[in-house]
Amino acid sequence: MTDVVTASSTDSAIDPVVSAPRRGAFVYFDLEPEAKAHSLFQILREDGSADEAGVAGVDQALARRLYEGMLTIRVTDARMMALQRQGRISFYGEALGQEAAVVGSAAASLPDDWIVPALREAGVGLFRGLTLESYVAQIFGNALDPTKGRQMPCHPIDRDHHYVVMSSCVASQIPHAVGIAMAMKAQGHAGRCAFGYMGDGATSEGDFHTSMNFAGVFHAPVVLICQNNQWAISTPGTVQTASETIAIKGLGYGVESLRADGNDVLAVHEVCRYAADKARRGGGPTFIELLTYRVSAHTSSDDPTRYRDESLTEVWRSRRDPLLRLRTFMEARGWLAAGEHDALVAQLEARVRDVIATVEAAAPPPVETLIEDVYEEPTWAQREQLAALVDPAS
Amino acid sequence: MPTMNIIEAVRDALRIEMRRDQRVVVLGEDVGKFGGVFRATSGLYDEFGADRVIDTPLAEAGIIGTAIGMALYGMRPVPEIQFGDFIFPAFDQIVNELAKFRYRSGGQYPCPVVIRTPVGGGIRGGHYHSQSPEALFIHTPGLKVVAPSNPYDAKGLLLACMRQNDPVLFMEPKRIYRASRGEVPEGEYTLEIGKAAVVREGTHCTLLAYSGMVSIAEEAAKKGEAEGVSIEVVDLRTLMPYDIDTILASVKKTGRCVVVHEAPRTCGFGAELIAAIQERAMDHLEAPILRVTGFDTPFPYTLEHEYLPNADRVLGTVRQTLEW
Ligand SMILES: Cc1ncc(C[n+]2csc(CCOP(=O)(O)OP(=O)(O)O)c2C)c(N)n1
Ligand SMILES: [Mg+2]
Repeated sequence: MTDVVTASSTDSAIDPVVSAPRRGAFVYFDLEPEAKAHSLFQILREDGSADEAGVAGVDQALARRLYEGMLTIRVTDARMMALQRQGRISFYGEALGQEAAVVGSAAASLPDDWIVPALREAGVGLFRGLTLESYVAQIFGNALDPTKGRQMPCHPIDRDHHYVVMSSCVASQIPHAVGIAMAMKAQGHAGRCAFGYMGDGATSEGDFHTSMNFAGVFHAPVVLICQNNQWAISTPGTVQTASETIAIKGLGYGVESLRADGNDVLAVHEVCRYAADKARRGGGPTFIELLTYRVSAHTSSDDPTRYRDESLTEVWRSRRDPLLRLRTFMEARGWLAAGEHDALVAQLEARVRDVIATVEAAAPPPVETLIEDVYEEPTWAQREQLAALVDPAS
Repeated sequence: MPTMNIIEAVRDALRIEMRRDQRVVVLGEDVGKFGGVFRATSGLYDEFGADRVIDTPLAEAGIIGTAIGMALYGMRPVPEIQFGDFIFPAFDQIVNELAKFRYRSGGQYPCPVVIRTPVGGGIRGGHYHSQSPEALFIHTPGLKVVAPSNPYDAKGLLLACMRQNDPVLFMEPKRIYRASRGEVPEGEYTLEIGKAAVVREGTHCTLLAYSGMVSIAEEAAKKGEAEGVSIEVVDLRTLMPYDIDTILASVKKTGRCVVVHEAPRTCGFGAELIAAIQERAMDHLEAPILRVTGFDTPFPYTLEHEYLPNADRVLGTVRQTLEW
């Protein structure tokens, strides 16, 4: 077990931990529960290299899918942030630096699984089939928005692919994921599971602890994933919790708890696949901490230079960039030819530009939508209020 | 006299009270080093340190629950809830604990906690960054609810809240946090809790407003004046206990009344005001009392300006009472 190192501080934790595969399986999964929750599972080293046995099951097609998924997020986010700065949209929250955690977990989900996202997981939706048109329309909040311009940007929805709309209220979604999983079990729908996402800040809310407890007690087929990006707005992980890792919080609830390098998309994919397979087979819940970093500001409303040392951010932006890591790995194997990355970026940029061009021009939602969907049918009072707005003389 | 905006006035009040009273502490999400997402506590961490300007984990029930504990022990916590919309994880602590501690201890454990929180819409915040939940808290006996509309009142009322012994929900109008600017005396002064202010005199109709809607009511009154309609604007300032005397004096003078609030209409605070007025001043009323409010819906995003009361809607409603 020499290859497993216990994290002592957040920053050293990312560096040294590699789990070597043995006889086709990763020794990491055979560790004692405590060790799994303390150490950090990694397949791709920071420099993009890997033990051959660790990547034996990874083929070019999978790597390609993961890379394109991550690139889609990166390109879309960058464009949306630019729109926000130009005043064309009001707000945006990007996932810069967290793309591996998003896409690696998404790739472990199957079509019948359900996704309950937090703020950073729009890429999970996009990976599963949420269209860019729908995503961008929600951001503009106009008549093309499937949710009728009701919410701030970054609240996409995709019922067809079981991607439940996110709530701004931190942690409120975690019990929903557990409840969905309980329903899958109650309805006898084996072979499915629910993915519930959260940030590190969310683990301080009561809803997190309630969810863990229910997940454990009811043996729910749920994968609870914490993207530990080490910040909750200005609050660093050390202020958020005195716990050595976030993963170990699951142990007290009897929930198997894993911890992986969130910037290593292959490691993320592997732990999520393990947890999802287990859940689908009736093995119960898993809690996964994915250690990553919020390279961007919290959202377009935030200025991190006021509260953190951006020189550390630079390390995560450059050397620890999750896209660069997979790209290096792929290029070394000839899975990404010279110029292919640039071509992909150009293609995605053109696609995003086209989508914006078709979506942005749409009119605002009709005023009648104000009173729709509050109840199945509007009440007399709502109808009266709308009438007074449309025709003040009424 | 210096001029300040509402954020600066709030910060000034906190600073004055923290210098004066060692027992006062500020706690909440991002309030310390960062100075709060709206900058209300900016600079306090540097002056008073991490023990008195406390960055907490992300847990509203924890913030309010521990503030209650501190108050029981004799301190004077002033927790911040980052947005009024996120007060609900702490709803149980506020409604069942904070508001009832004095009562259920037979008066032995008063709980002087002043919860500050930004409320209201008009900032493109959608339904989770725009709500006006005052009615839920006014309907919670044991809790005072204060809702200033300008910097002068914000400072004087916040100081008053921190110097009395009941729990208070202090609601700050975030849309005009910076836009509302005015003269604010240096140093300390307090304004009496429970006192409304007649901010504009008039004879035809009384407008009752508070928080972010006072400026809308004033704008309507100005427009009305140009059209020969004389509107009196009363800024309630404290919602619980509200100032029935000032309200009645104004309504008896004008004979007409319109209530403005941006919270949903049904069971909104307007309903209480109208009930109380007609119970006491029926004989003086020339027309039914009307309301201009938000809709009975969650707060929208794109259509927020359709949802929010504006001066034209207010003036149109005043005209309805005049033409009754
Ligand atoms: C219940 C609640 N409290 C406060 C907020 C304000 N807020 C929005 S995001 C955020 C930090 C979230 O941090 P984390 O859970 O780590 O997620 P991240 O933004 O880092 O992805 C806070 C405090 C909120 N949205 N909901
Ligand atoms: Mg975080």
